[in-house]
Amino acid sequence: MAILRDLYQEVILDHNKHPRNFRVMDHCTRSKEGYNPLCGDHYTVYVRLEGGVIADVSFQGAGCAISKASASVMSQVLKGKTVEEANALFDEFRGLVTGRTDTEREAERLGRLAAFSGVSEFPARVKCASLAWHTLKAALEGGEGRDKVTTE
Amino acid sequence: MIEATLNTAQPQVDGKARLELCRHHFPLLRQRVNGKPLVYLDNAATSQKPQVVIDTIMRYYMEENSNIHRGVHYLSEKATEAYEGVRATVRQFLNAGDTREIIFVRGTTEAINLVAHSYGRVHVGKDDEVLISAMEHHSNIVPWQIVCEERGARLRVIPMNDAGELLVEEYEKLLTPRTKIVGLAHVSNALGTVNPVKTMVAMAHARGIPVLLDGAQAVPHMRVDVRDLDCDFYAFSGHKVFGPTGIGVLYGRESLLNAMPPYQSGGDMIKWVTFEKTVYNDLPYKFEAGTPSIAGGVGLGAAIEYLTKLDLDAIGLYEHDLLQYATARLSAVPRVRIVGTAREKAAVLSFTVEGIHPHDIGTILDLEGVAIRTGHHCAQPVMQRFGIPATARASFAFYNTKEDVDVLVKSVEKVIEVLG
Repeated sequence: MAILRDLYQEVILDHNKHPRNFRVMDHCTRSKEGYNPLCGDHYTVYVRLEGGVIADVSFQGAGCAISKASASVMSQVLKGKTVEEANALFDEFRGLVTGRTDTEREAERLGRLAAFSGVSEFPARVKCASLAWHTLKAALEGGEGRDKVTTE
Repeated sequence: MIEATLNTAQPQVDGKARLELCRHHFPLLRQRVNGKPLVYLDNAATSQKPQVVIDTIMRYYMEENSNIHRGVHYLSEKATEAYEGVRATVRQFLNAGDTREIIFVRGTTEAINLVAHSYGRVHVGKDDEVLISAMEHHSNIVPWQIVCEERGARLRVIPMNDAGELLVEEYEKLLTPRTKIVGLAHVSNALGTVNPVKTMVAMAHARGIPVLLDGAQAVPHMRVDVRDLDCDFYAFSGHKVFGPTGIGVLYGRESLLNAMPPYQSGGDMIKWVTFEKTVYNDLPYKFEAGTPSIAGGVGLGAAIEYLTKLDLDAIGLYEHDLLQYATARLSAVPRVRIVGTAREKAAVLSFTVEGIHPHDIGTILDLEGVAIRTGHHCAQPVMQRFGIPATARASFAFYNTKEDVDVLVKSVEKVIEVLG
């Protein structure tokens, strides 16, 4: 049961039930679809950039608790960050879910993202946690392209 | 080595009890997963192997390993005898007319590709149609799609109702002079539906159209008689029927196979090769290029003999009872919806829980030691038909018990408790 609570921490359960910024953005600068063909998780991530700063992030779609909570928390932590800061956070997040980050030492810096530390014990779920981040990164890099991002 | 003790099972125990005793023939089922006794409910993906199959493969490698159909030496003759003996076992298992009609392949996927590419390329032309059903596995969709694209033909689909039953009256309308072949699942891997294939074969034959049946999910659960079904092709995989991976069977009607060009070419499928011309071998070798999975074949033979001794009719009855129990118990859990409620079903229970993604169900069940499959089950059009991204699927074999079902149900209740 302990390992189960490590994965499905309260923050994740809350964001799964009540996802934040869960909406289509009408006047976004960029958007991208992300898809995990293995489990069917499917999201669109929207970004509004103002002078190199992420003014707003939102998302729409469906998927498992881990992928939805990850998209929701991501949308919160990225608001007000520069593109460079967003990329750095993605690297942090990847380190966290693949078990390369010492979460106890880094807890303060990671903030809400630390809730995803349990994912590293579940290799099959790393892609779920990373899907929204990959999609956002592709949106930031790829401009208005309509190609889907997939985890495969 | 432990031999399966089927013949020594007490004659006074009835069929059901006898099947429950067979669980101990499967060494893998004895292990614990995440600290819990393993409850293996992913049999539609692959089945576990009885000790007798494991021992047979080991014995083959320790005592008989050699290439077949080639050497004149002792071992080669032993290996050839063992492998060809399995062809006779399979013929009897399917009640085919002749061993020439039993082609060894890697699995169901390769069997369907063989028919699609060999039969399809010759018989499917521009504006022709290939007819499949709405509940096919990707392996009975994509090969036909490729052939249709290449030949300028059209892939048509027999629709199904909300219970997951094919609409036979719509099927009737879809059989036209343009239809060149019908490909049908005997049992649906995603829904568990047992299709009325005998009737559907007869309907196609009334118009002179041949039928391929995908038997991957049927063969482990029921007696299959290809002459009674009167199908033209029947495919199944060894690994789903308690045998090893890498071996499967295509049954084909001899007259059709004789007229079909080779699928793959190379050694063993020839009689005579010069740089100008090659004379192909006779059936079944014409379709068996290269060194096959000999150990796989030998293992499959052991699996079929094991299954035949158990009695497939008894297995069918036992699993029917188990499926009814599981359906009733799981349906009683709030927010659970069973996907696939056909009147005729076999051993597959697909379900969703309202508000919870199947992937999360799979992870939490795994922590309880329960192995199920979650996802689209290589049948994405089925998911699209039901408007869902995925399902959780528990699939049974005769070594599963009502206690396994109880653990499943308790674990699903726990999922709901954890994720709310």
